[in-house]
Amino acid sequence: MSFFFEVLIGGLLAGVMYSLVALGFVLIYKASGVFNFAQGAMVFFAALTFVGLQEKFALPFWAAFGFALAAMVVLGILIERIVLRPLVNQPQITLFMATIGLAFFIEGLAQLIWGTNVRRLDIGIKDEPIAAVLERFDIVVSSFDLIAALVAGVLVTVLAVFFQVTRVGRALRAVADDHQAALAVGIPLKQIWAIVWSVAGFVALVAGLMWGARNGVQFALTFVALKALPVLILGGFESVLGAIVGGLIIGALEKVAEVYLGPYIGGGIEGWFAYVMALLFLLVRPEGLFGEKRIDRV
Amino acid sequence: MFYREAGQFKTTYAADQALLPIRQDRYAMLFILAIAFVGVPLFAGDYWLTAILIPFLVFSLAALGLNILTGYAGQLSLGSAAFMAVGAVAAYNFQLRIPGMPILLSFVLGGITAALVGMVFGLPSLRIKGFYLAVATLAAQFFIPWLVTKVGWFSNYSASGVISAQPIEILGFPFDTPTRKYLLVLGIVALLALLAKNMVRSAIGRAWMAVRDMDVAAEVIGIRILHTKLIAFAVSSFYCGVAGALYAFAYLGNVEPDGFNLDLSFRILFMVIIGGVGSILGSFLGAAFITLTPIFLEVALTELNAAFNLNLDPGVTSMAQLIVFGGLIIFFLIIEPHGLARLWQIAKEKLRLWPFPY
Repeated sequence: MSFFFEVLIGGLLAGVMYSLVALGFVLIYKASGVFNFAQGAMVFFAALTFVGLQEKFALPFWAAFGFALAAMVVLGILIERIVLRPLVNQPQITLFMATIGLAFFIEGLAQLIWGTNVRRLDIGIKDEPIAAVLERFDIVVSSFDLIAALVAGVLVTVLAVFFQVTRVGRALRAVADDHQAALAVGIPLKQIWAIVWSVAGFVALVAGLMWGARNGVQFALTFVALKALPVLILGGFESVLGAIVGGLIIGALEKVAEVYLGPYIGGGIEGWFAYVMALLFLLVRPEGLFGEKRIDRV
Repeated sequence: MFYREAGQFKTTYAADQALLPIRQDRYAMLFILAIAFVGVPLFAGDYWLTAILIPFLVFSLAALGLNILTGYAGQLSLGSAAFMAVGAVAAYNFQLRIPGMPILLSFVLGGITAALVGMVFGLPSLRIKGFYLAVATLAAQFFIPWLVTKVGWFSNYSASGVISAQPIEILGFPFDTPTRKYLLVLGIVALLALLAKNMVRSAIGRAWMAVRDMDVAAEVIGIRILHTKLIAFAVSSFYCGVAGALYAFAYLGNVEPDGFNLDLSFRILFMVIIGGVGSILGSFLGAAFITLTPIFLEVALTELNAAFNLNLDPGVTSMAQLIVFGGLIIFFLIIEPHGLARLWQIAKEKLRLWPFPY
């Protein structure tokens, strides 16, 4: 039984890592209706910039974090200015394709600047079992995973407060509801979008650091976006809470299935299992757990 | 001036319903077909045929399939490469398991198998819409290649998972040289394109467009949504399946499930978007653009490198290619979101009036 709990907890904590990436998607989708496929590339770019800065200028953690954050903000503003602004009012699929183009661009740019080597990223958190839990319940829980979960928790709380309480957050929600109505009451749409992309850049940086510390900073980091997509549709595109809950569900199910079901059907199921789960779930609730239910009118 | 329909009167219903109602179009089409069927095989070298023209035609067919689903029926799909894989593997297995199987029939059966699989993955489209559907089709994209690799029967228990496709032979005539393969692919693509062109202006095509524009409204006026969407998935997957079979048999010469990855799906989607959503011509233009741009970029960068003695290492040039390709896609989407087909339409309007202002 303790093995089951170990698997379950491991899965839940891994799910939090997915949530971190999914959050970036949700933010941008909420505020601009853009399904930003470049989020994975942004995670990669952020992590690579951070490591590159640390390596080249031997910066301390916070300085590198600051500069990487600045780079992400600049990137976000540039994306808004160059890519999104000319594409306002285009169909969603066009915007989606533009973000795929953007993903290529950012991946190329990041590697052109910082090189293609795989780098280790050390952010000072040890990846080893927590002794107390191991003794008490005989369950291996990685301290790294736990801290990642804490970071995600803090991030979500901050974002939730930001969206609910602050003036900018309210403006963001207004824009998300209806662009034109928001413009009509005097919300500066362009600024709002620049802010959202910057915040998404910040989330990408945090996700990039966590994932980079776990798996090394390498091109494969861009594929974490693919891990986040089932989380996204399960939780609902518009919901920050959905990203977290979806991440937990997907993470737990995936790990449990991998351990208990994997051996029977030949393993390697982590590539598609989450998608099939999400697909089956969508059949019951087509807008995801916390997504907005759309009513179609003729 | 060059493109005026003045003086061309339609006196019969048949003339009114013709595929190409304007004489200039008919001549242009004949000209293009003549070049494609006669001119190209006479003058094009083997490199052009195998590395550029055959993949271009195969991708056009896949883009055509996706365009039917996404452009005409409005269902966004990111799983086209998976359906290509189904077509390729099924064609291989029909060819392998049934002795004396005509290769064209196994292409068709491969397409039909892909269509059936496509219908299964299309079932959720009744409830799931938009990007939720797009992500849901990714389930097909990841599941199918996994299944094909895992179950040894599909690849005839080949150790590496890569299977060499059988040689193409029709009625004892081998299609082994690049020219012959090219002609075979061209024939199939031309036939299927003609079929698609006719399909989208028939009852089912109009039903697709009604569903695309607003599915609730379409349902209200009596279009069977499930029926229409499933046919769209089936036809689209059939095209992708045949394209996959051709990709394996005529282009690569082997069936490699890993080759049909997400990247390929995205490339096909790019072709549709850049070429023009909801346009048969656009599928071809988009395929040409996406196939040719990387080759052109590579040549251009190599030339630049040589001309200015930049001494760039291959890593840098491949990154630069990625950047330029991504940038070009964004650029095209910004200047012409409706794709290359729309540019051609504008050009036709201009040609019609030129040199007069109106």
